[in-house]
Amino acid sequence: MKGLLSFKHGVHPPENKDITSGIASKRFPFPREVILPLSQHIGTPAKALVKPGDRVERGDVIAQAAGFISSAVHATAAGTVKSIELWPHPNGNMVQSIRIDVDPTSSQMRRNRIVPRWQDVKDEDLSKEIAKAGIVGLGGAAFPSHVKLNPPKDQPVELLLVNGCECEPYLTSDHRVMLEQPEKVYTGIRIALKALGITRAVIGIEANKPDAIEMMRKIKPDDMDVTIEPLQVKYPQGAEKMLIKAVMDREVPSGALPSAIGAMVQNVATTANIAAVFDSGHPLIERIITVTGRGIRKPGNWKIPFGTKLRDVIEHCGGLTEDAAEIVFGGPMMGLGQANLDVPVLKATGGILILSKDECKRQDIMPCIRCGKCLEACPVFLNPQLMGALAKAERYEELVDDANLNDCMLCGSCSFVCPSNIPLSQWFAMSKTQIRRLPES
Amino acid sequence: MKTNIKITASPHVRSADSTIRIMWSVVISLVPVIAASIYFFGPSALLVIVASVAGCLVTERLFGSTPGSLADGSAMITGLLLGLTLPPGFPLWMAFLGGFFGMAFGKIIFGGLGQNIFNPALVGRAFLQAAFPVAITTWPAKSTHWWSLQGDNFALPFMSPVVDTVSAATPLGNLKFGDDPVITPVLDLFLGTTGGSLGETSALLILLGGLYLAYRGHLNWHIPLSIFVSTFVVSGLFFALNISDFPPLFMLFSGGMMLGAFYMATDMVTSPMTNKGCWLFGFGIGFLVVVIRIWGGLPEGVMYAILLMNALVPFINRATQPRLFGTSGKKKKEAES
Repeated sequence: MKGLLSFKHGVHPPENKDITSGIASKRFPFPREVILPLSQHIGTPAKALVKPGDRVERGDVIAQAAGFISSAVHATAAGTVKSIELWPHPNGNMVQSIRIDVDPTSSQMRRNRIVPRWQDVKDEDLSKEIAKAGIVGLGGAAFPSHVKLNPPKDQPVELLLVNGCECEPYLTSDHRVMLEQPEKVYTGIRIALKALGITRAVIGIEANKPDAIEMMRKIKPDDMDVTIEPLQVKYPQGAEKMLIKAVMDREVPSGALPSAIGAMVQNVATTANIAAVFDSGHPLIERIITVTGRGIRKPGNWKIPFGTKLRDVIEHCGGLTEDAAEIVFGGPMMGLGQANLDVPVLKATGGILILSKDECKRQDIMPCIRCGKCLEACPVFLNPQLMGALAKAERYEELVDDANLNDCMLCGSCSFVCPSNIPLSQWFAMSKTQIRRLPES
Repeated sequence: MKTNIKITASPHVRSADSTIRIMWSVVISLVPVIAASIYFFGPSALLVIVASVAGCLVTERLFGSTPGSLADGSAMITGLLLGLTLPPGFPLWMAFLGGFFGMAFGKIIFGGLGQNIFNPALVGRAFLQAAFPVAITTWPAKSTHWWSLQGDNFALPFMSPVVDTVSAATPLGNLKFGDDPVITPVLDLFLGTTGGSLGETSALLILLGGLYLAYRGHLNWHIPLSIFVSTFVVSGLFFALNISDFPPLFMLFSGGMMLGAFYMATDMVTSPMTNKGCWLFGFGIGFLVVVIRIWGGLPEGVMYAILLMNALVPFINRATQPRLFGTSGKKKKEAES
């Protein structure tokens, strides 16, 4: 492990990737109903284009982007619009969602091309097509991809970083993308490079995926200026700032975007899916999702249509085990706990993690003993101990101005290492929410 | 589908480390040191440690923040460490009182675990030093039989102990106040075949216990290392300039240096939180130990050196805040203006 590039600090949670890393992805059957929230991305919710009773085909646009930082939503299966109503969203809110009764008689076959071939699109129009195809960052943040492909004019991007770290424990969907669709990753890089008007890319992969590293090296096209960089296995290596630090040895200035130092990071699944939409002519309607953990009977990697309900996923994967204790959308470090089995799988859902009682044992919260382990864990060099004290006392002004809460990315490393089990990152997330609600002073 | 699903905030997995586990592994790592003190000093050593532990546990149980706070192991550690700083013939009632004082006024009065400024075991020791200066500096000569009690363990409360044995000087006391100063060989100090307080004698076992804790990540090795480096360099400088008679290796292995550096100064609650801060802290301790040993009125200076540096920890923490990622280290507001 030594000698590989990385960043300072960070933590080493048990990887647990062997549960599913060797299982090839399979197509998930179409459910009876899909639920498609108008907000599956960061930004303004999309505007519905259909009404109850409308017949939709698989791939039809059913909601259009409302503004630049927004993203379109497409029907992920053919059927009839049942209603547009508030529905439980994995983020815990009720969100306007389009319910589609899936037509059981439809073949769900591919239709005429909706997205043109990328070779037929002018470079400057590529990001528009990517926007129309509803592509958002599939690494978890769900930031609309076309926005990143249009960096500020005064901050030109010089290097594309493709993020194949997958530093969250358990998850293997990015790993499977690299093994199963490596040529799509390279086509996606080609398209992103053309859209950005640059030529150079680096693929960062954590060293615990040697087969993926080998695969990406083996099929690398000779005409492309791409380097594959194996990285130290350490959480959160896949965080944008950490990947940039590891590969470029530069720190993104506090409060700035990666473009401030000429970099753009794109997740490997996003990259592959950019290629997939241009290849197939279909917009983004499905992705590889890892269903894993010791709380599910049949773990695996699945190509699941967005909008499939958690209930259907669990049922198809053999059901929960007796000792299933927590259901998480995403990885164990940053994923969102789920209580409602009716929530749908979304674009940013890279994994569904079902933890058994033994895997997520919680001990009582003890007093802070000022051991300093959180300071040694924080990848952006904050002082979580001080921040925790300020958050608990609701001293939000000091928390932001003196303790730099805005630089915290809620990676959870401090909570992970805390021997007193103090829920630091939870307090920080709550503080951020509270501060957003405070009136501007 | 019937489920027992709970909903919690991320992260959903936690490291196996826990405060309770840290505390009890400190206790376990002290077992060989305690065993050695019994081997060297006989049953008296056990009695003194038990009395001091009892003082701490009773106080925590009676006045601690929660009835369960005994289980965290911190009161146990305070009791063991205090006991190890006492001479073998120490009256038991005094050891018990020291445990009470250390816990009540060194820890519980501040708000319990995690809130105190000073190391509670050393607060108890400092109290005993001030209250019973004779008893705490009386090291009885080795008795002929291993099983016979040393000194006057069973002196009644508020009665002066009767010392019927010839008292023997500790290596530090000998060198500083002896009529015919001798430098005890470092090997004797290292193995622990010299006079002194219970835990002062076997540098080797303390070193092993400390290394075990450092390996487990339960002890910040920057602290003992910085204390040793600073003690060695500062005392070496004075020795080389013929200012003092204390050779640097003697300084390192005598008195409470080992126990203090590995077990007292590294108390997480009362030491700095950043490694940079730990180096400042450790350097200060080493420097003060050397100064007190050479020029102070006492033969030993580890206790006061650590207590003095404990008081500076809040300032050290403030001065050694980490540099925020993506900045030059200045506060953002200043950097922007």
